[in-house]
Amino acid sequence: MARLEVLKTYKLYIGGQFPRSESGRYYTPLDQAGNPIANVSLSSKKDLKNAVVAARKAFGAWSERAPFNRGQICYRIAEMLEGRKAQFIDELIKQGYDQTQAEAEVHLAIDRCVYYAGWCDKYQQIFSAVNPVASPHINFSTLVPMGVVGVIAPQNNGLIGLISTILPCICGGNSCVVLASEKFPLTAITFAEVLATSDLPAGVVNVLTGSEDELVDGFHSHMDINAVVYANGHTENATMLAKGAAVNVKRLFVYDTDFSDESAENPYLIADLQEVKTTWHPIEQVGGATSSY
Amino acid sequence: MATDFDVNGGWNYAPSPESTKHIQLKPRYELFIGGAFVPPTANRYFDTINPADESVLTQIAYADETDVDLAVAAARKAYTTVWSGISPKERAKYIYRIARIMQEKARELAIVESLDTGKPIRESRDIDIPLACNYFFYYAGWADKLAYAFPNRTVAPLGVAGQIIPWNFPLLMAAWKIAPALATGNTVVLKPAETTPLTAMLLAEIIQEAQLPAGVVNIITGHGDTGAALVNHPDINKIAFTGSTAVGKLIQQAVAGTSKKLTLELGGKSANIVFEDAAIDQAVEGIINGIFFNQGHVCCAGSRLFVQESVADEVIQKMKDRLASLYVGNPLDKNTDIGAINSKAQYETIQQYIALGKQEGATIYEGPCDLPASGYFIRPTLFTDVAQSSVIAQEEIFGPVLTIQTFRTIDEVIQKANNSPYGLAAGVWTEKGSRIFNLSTQLKAGVIWANTYNKFDPTSPFGGFKESGFGREGGLHGLRGYVELS
Repeated sequence: MARLEVLKTYKLYIGGQFPRSESGRYYTPLDQAGNPIANVSLSSKKDLKNAVVAARKAFGAWSERAPFNRGQICYRIAEMLEGRKAQFIDELIKQGYDQTQAEAEVHLAIDRCVYYAGWCDKYQQIFSAVNPVASPHINFSTLVPMGVVGVIAPQNNGLIGLISTILPCICGGNSCVVLASEKFPLTAITFAEVLATSDLPAGVVNVLTGSEDELVDGFHSHMDINAVVYANGHTENATMLAKGAAVNVKRLFVYDTDFSDESAENPYLIADLQEVKTTWHPIEQVGGATSSY
Repeated sequence: MATDFDVNGGWNYAPSPESTKHIQLKPRYELFIGGAFVPPTANRYFDTINPADESVLTQIAYADETDVDLAVAAARKAYTTVWSGISPKERAKYIYRIARIMQEKARELAIVESLDTGKPIRESRDIDIPLACNYFFYYAGWADKLAYAFPNRTVAPLGVAGQIIPWNFPLLMAAWKIAPALATGNTVVLKPAETTPLTAMLLAEIIQEAQLPAGVVNIITGHGDTGAALVNHPDINKIAFTGSTAVGKLIQQAVAGTSKKLTLELGGKSANIVFEDAAIDQAVEGIINGIFFNQGHVCCAGSRLFVQESVADEVIQKMKDRLASLYVGNPLDKNTDIGAINSKAQYETIQQYIALGKQEGATIYEGPCDLPASGYFIRPTLFTDVAQSSVIAQEEIFGPVLTIQTFRTIDEVIQKANNSPYGLAAGVWTEKGSRIFNLSTQLKAGVIWANTYNKFDPTSPFGGFKESGFGREGGLHGLRGYVELS
């Protein structure tokens, strides 16, 4: 007799745990032939709030990790992703990709993790400055992470958009709450499993699945979200976010990038989510020993 | 030695040697050329010695001009046919692989490093090896990001790099050299020091395991003549050398009139300056670390101590107290603070300097440590009553010997500190931040450590002013020595 397959329950990823939506709701994305793929959690605003609490809790320690250590962890994400490549390809196919598209996207995603892993201890060297002020002071500007970032990932793919918006965020020491593509949620939750086994501290990345139209309001109105990345190209929602962001002067970044393009990666996506901090320190002026040799 | 706790002498520790049981050295190590281990054409070998007990560890191939020629040809072939055609992203992934395998084998590398160099396992395990891994990991990430390091320029590799490294941090120096060269797309012929070739050969095995294309890294062991053949080889595009200033000058002459690019990381006689407002206990630890780290075999060792007169007695007394608690002995013992001097030759050089210091009229103080019966060991040594003109305060000793001078004013100490042909590093100990930046502005040295010493990081450039060499290794600036910009 044929063995009966054990089906996977797709849940959310909040604070390192995989809970169902507190609302108990689900939705059922369909494949191209119109058949149901799986029952997926339909997140509520309360789930979003819980995720923000988890992200805030994780932010302090994560931002204080040595950039080198963050690099090691991001590289570990690539290693874990490589090891589960087959599962991602299967799930992309289940969600409507063909084999070639699925393989290409997974390979690009792995390499992009490696790319951003490398930036963790380098973007500071590109964007920081020692400022030659005219007074006797040492004056330097460095980048520091903004805090909790809300990310609304691109709708039109299952993995590369998600990775291309999450990695620049955590690479720079932020924590985030991510709303995955409504249409391609399976790979987002499986990616959360990769994160959970990559030494990434709980709460640094939190993944929600559900409806953008329902949750977008929560992203801009939440007082403990410092910045929002909107990568979904829905003009009305982008405008709503822009207006709502003013409630606590959120930084809003609207990307209309096609992240499946190989060149759609750069350190400015990291720098966007950083504040510039300038430090002044006096230089003692006693003694005239300026030596000319 | 005291048997109970003694505030002046510390505890007596039971021996706690790191096990060498899982270390399998081969009876002989061949040259790593074109991705394979090949015997030297003249079939000559030399012994590599454990300086802690003078036993022979294994035999090492002695490369001559013919072998150097083969290695350079392999590197050239790999450069033109393979490496320059590999995308920067894939190049990065190869270097990441090397870093990861090194991390997996870190303990083995640490033990072999301590066996071959005489350095304490605590240092090889906690500093040399992890740092070496981290340099590979850091530079791997640069391979596909070079356009950001050199904006508005087209970045190209130089070609084949000949790299000659010293015996004080063998694997770490190999990492400093190989990692940025590969990241920028060059191929490499590396020549390790004759007294410490072992971890480089283990690295060759790791490189093979990482499936780096054949010939991208070649490692040839030998003596000075092997290095000279590499420097003089006409098909080399770049020489990177770390070692003594005397040899550095010869290399600079040798490449003069050729198109070879050159970076030199040479000797030093770095000033470590303690002001009266410093946190004295911290400063004493920093001075100890500055000069006795790696038996003083450190090009940036804080070998000239300048103490402000008002606290000189206190600092010197605390230094003497601290020397009493240092353990000199078996490098593989986890309690050991100071291991074996790297070689007989270096042992004799240091002894000559100690004799010279006494002859010059300086006052010697040696730590009251027991020394093992065999092997090359030297007690941590302080010299007071040292004149600015004393040879021991001018020349690099490269051993556990510290000269101590005093000063009254900031002007005076800046003049004294800068009065040296070297300019590698300096240390400043003061609780006053504005003074740190005054000194870091005035001191002519490539690295300034404030309230710390001997700190290294892959992101941080290292290198000297004046006769300490030119070019920087580490960080973004470390890429510059391996690229052609147009």
